[in-house]
Amino acid sequence: MNTAVKIGSLEFKNPVMTASGTFGYGPEFEDFIDINRLGGIVVKGTTLHHREGNAYPRMAETSSGMLNAVGLQNKGVDVFCNEIYHKIKHYDTNIFVNVSGSTVEEYVETAERINELEYISGIELNISCPNVKEGGMAFGTSCPSAIAVTHAVREVYKKTMVVKLSPNVTNIVDIAKAVQDVGADGVSLINTLLAMAINAETRKSVLSTITGGLSGPAIKPIALRMVWQVAQAVDIPIMGIGGIMNATDAIEFMLAGATTIQVGTANFIDPTVSMKIVDGIEDYMIRHKIGDINDLIGGMLV
Amino acid sequence: MEPVYPKKNVKLLKVIKNRTINDNYYVLEIQADHNVNDILPGQFVSLLVEDTRNVFLRRPISIYDVHPERNSIDLLIQIVGEGTRLLSYLKPDDTVDVLYPLGKSYSILESEKKALLIGGGVGVAPLLYLAKKLKANNVDVHILLGGRGAKNIIETENFKQYGKLYISTEDASVGEKGFVTQHPVLQYADFDRIYTCGPDAMMRAVASIAAKNNIDCEVSLENMMACGIGACLCCVTPTESGHQCVCTDGPVFNTKVLQWN
Repeated sequence: MNTAVKIGSLEFKNPVMTASGTFGYGPEFEDFIDINRLGGIVVKGTTLHHREGNAYPRMAETSSGMLNAVGLQNKGVDVFCNEIYHKIKHYDTNIFVNVSGSTVEEYVETAERINELEYISGIELNISCPNVKEGGMAFGTSCPSAIAVTHAVREVYKKTMVVKLSPNVTNIVDIAKAVQDVGADGVSLINTLLAMAINAETRKSVLSTITGGLSGPAIKPIALRMVWQVAQAVDIPIMGIGGIMNATDAIEFMLAGATTIQVGTANFIDPTVSMKIVDGIEDYMIRHKIGDINDLIGGMLV
Repeated sequence: MEPVYPKKNVKLLKVIKNRTINDNYYVLEIQADHNVNDILPGQFVSLLVEDTRNVFLRRPISIYDVHPERNSIDLLIQIVGEGTRLLSYLKPDDTVDVLYPLGKSYSILESEKKALLIGGGVGVAPLLYLAKKLKANNVDVHILLGGRGAKNIIETENFKQYGKLYISTEDASVGEKGFVTQHPVLQYADFDRIYTCGPDAMMRAVASIAAKNNIDCEVSLENMMACGIGACLCCVTPTESGHQCVCTDGPVFNTKVLQWN
């Protein structure tokens, strides 16, 4: 049975990855799982400078999901390169760094630093964070700005570059095509949906920022639809993200056209869920007599 | 010195007992799957609430007591919403999905020192196991429990085993009238440390009295959490070294590191 997939020239031992912002840097999960069994991990969004993120409260529980407004809290790319990297570089899995910034220059400088790190397989260019005032999603909601940042980072980043797309757009297909045209090796979608929560008793917003990003199974049908639409329109591989809670969800994303999948919010509820998904995909392949997982990609019957 | 924390785990565990205290509070006793002697006071568990659309995330719950003789843990829970209400229906022999043990503990005073433990409402939960550990270390333990009324003053017999007990209620239905911070025991400012857990406003008031009297003070915070293991960065509190996760850097913090203003 072959479970390996490829994005560009990069091979993944299986399609199961963990999504940025839901898996820390990996060590947070070492008590629970063998990280080396994953196809890949995407570490926490990294910016050129240290960021404290937004004020508490940053989270709201919703029906079948949650909102977050963390706002890219991270210690900056230097601390990542000098400290965190050395604690995770031994993982036998593809490590992607999620790169974000307030300006094109910040994205470029951060990507240049990551480019020097031997054991980082690629970057996920985050042009879709809904929780920062400058940059973030602003880059991912128009074709010209998505092109500008993707093109500029492509000039300096030599390894696999995947662009993480925002669902908060009129037509996600246009953005996907635009970043493909300027050299993205793949796209990952979807980031969270812009949303909000109000406490009727206190009449206050639940989040300090009023709006935040919705994730979890509540968004899965939307994510699935967007993955399918983008898969129809682009030639580069897709990392499917959005409410994946189990192996069945993961298979559905692959059938819609995803080459890999990222498990996000589910990690909060069950820190071992990614292992269950790895095992569950193999069980599915046996049950359906599928010898090569690549046969599942875009394999929805129409 | 940083204590050694046991490895975290996520497991389906058996409920041994569900003891109702009153309409609002109950104690779940859970059969642990690893040595409970390693669990430190102030640590917590996170419980999965199954079969509900509205409770999506786990519920973090303080460890109230541990029983090495039968390797079990007690969880004191207040019904505050759907999650804690659904958990209150658990019966002996049911299983519950437990992520544990989580978080950093209170630090234990050296023997012969004098400790004051102040709990408000369900905030008393982490203080019982703390009192037990302090007493075992030969610390002079004083415990002040506060609440709105008699209904919120719970488990007093249990606390009495480990120290001298004081009570205050806002409606004077039991103990001294007023907030815990108005209780006369706080006038004797000869404690080596104050440990507290309860509503945010109470802990801030306690911390400010402690600071005024130069008494070391440790609080246990209950910020809303998603993951409980330091991955989501949702439960942060501002500290002298920036935003820290209540789930992994806390829930216990020395008040001197918190930026509460």
